[in-house]
Amino acid sequence: MKFLTTNFVRCPISKCDNSLKAFPLQYKNCELIQEELEFNPEFLANILDRLNWEAIIAVAGDLGNDSLPPTKPENVDPKDPENEQLLKDLHTLLIETQITEGEMHCGECGHIYYIKSSIPNFLLPPHLV
Amino acid sequence: MNSHSEEEQRMISVEDPALREQIYVHTVYNEIAPHFSHTRYKQWPIVEEFLKSRTLGSIGLDVGCGNGKYLGANKNVYIIGSDRSDQLVNLAYTNNSKIQSFSDTLVADGLKLPHFGNSFDFVISIAVIHHFSTPERRIEAIKHIISKLNVGGEALIYVWALEQQNSRRGWKEGMPQDILVPWVLQKNKKKKNRNDEDQEGTQEEEPETKMRYYHLYKKGELEENAEAAGAEVVRNGYERDNWWAVIKRK
Repeated sequence: MKFLTTNFVRCPISKCDNSLKAFPLQYKNCELIQEELEFNPEFLANILDRLNWEAIIAVAGDLGNDSLPPTKPENVDPKDPENEQLLKDLHTLLIETQITEGEMHCGECGHIYYIKSSIPNFLLPPHLV
Repeated sequence: MNSHSEEEQRMISVEDPALREQIYVHTVYNEIAPHFSHTRYKQWPIVEEFLKSRTLGSIGLDVGCGNGKYLGANKNVYIIGSDRSDQLVNLAYTNNSKIQSFSDTLVADGLKLPHFGNSFDFVISIAVIHHFSTPERRIEAIKHIISKLNVGGEALIYVWALEQQNSRRGWKEGMPQDILVPWVLQKNKKKKNRNDEDQEGTQEEEPETKMRYYHLYKKGELEENAEAAGAEVVRNGYERDNWWAVIKRK
């Protein structure tokens, strides 16, 4: 599971739909790897706008990284060489960092979803469907 | 071919549609996953074109991604693929790691996707909705898909057609639409004809037959389902024994 995906998943249980505590999920007991992938600065600059930065900071914190800027970088021009390092750092964090094993806890209902062999599983037991 | 077989009667008599899908869809896909995956490697042109025409930085979903053959179609977009079959998701993950695809994979139910609504630029759902075993669940699945789209976002849906008189299956108007389709699992995993997308195996070494449930869509039915789900049909058509439609939220 790539770090970027943590910004786009939440608890699928209906009663958690409108809860502010159901997102982001809380990441616990996680193992990480870095997997090298092609650097695409234009893509990163384009998706920055829509990222929920508070959720990025929260998940990074869960995974032991407290070094992110507190506010989201704005108007990042991917062609400006001054932004190269920033975009490379984002690439390393969002695209190349993978959670291989771990738990995702819903802050609202407490349900735990598991990540095994890099694949998160969001299937619900029958009584919660 | 014009009436239901005994096994189809048994399938229809399973009252709970979720249980019916568990027996005749999910369990079967987990059993046939590796063999099935070998026969699903070509991208269908309309799907490929849809993905390639998404703009840089788009973020989308592939609901029912199977072995993940579309996840790497466009390196300028990020696709989160999900499937109900963990065995197929394993294959999707492995296949896409190999090609450095800009995507991710997860296991989820198509009626309970772990995503916010109103958040994605596009969704594809290729050969998936026809596995839901009641009209209500098929409409619900489409409703769930479009709920994830941004305003202006588009979803591409493919379903198997009843009208495929030119295929070797020969189904046509007037035949039963809720059917079981055999998948012949070869014990020795040999495949002679990799070009036939739905090749059901060769005749060697006591093959095992698995039956998958399908609802075959008749002309106009996909569009009716989409409208019942609150979607607007942007464009639609017929390709390779399938009905397809690009839809968006009204």
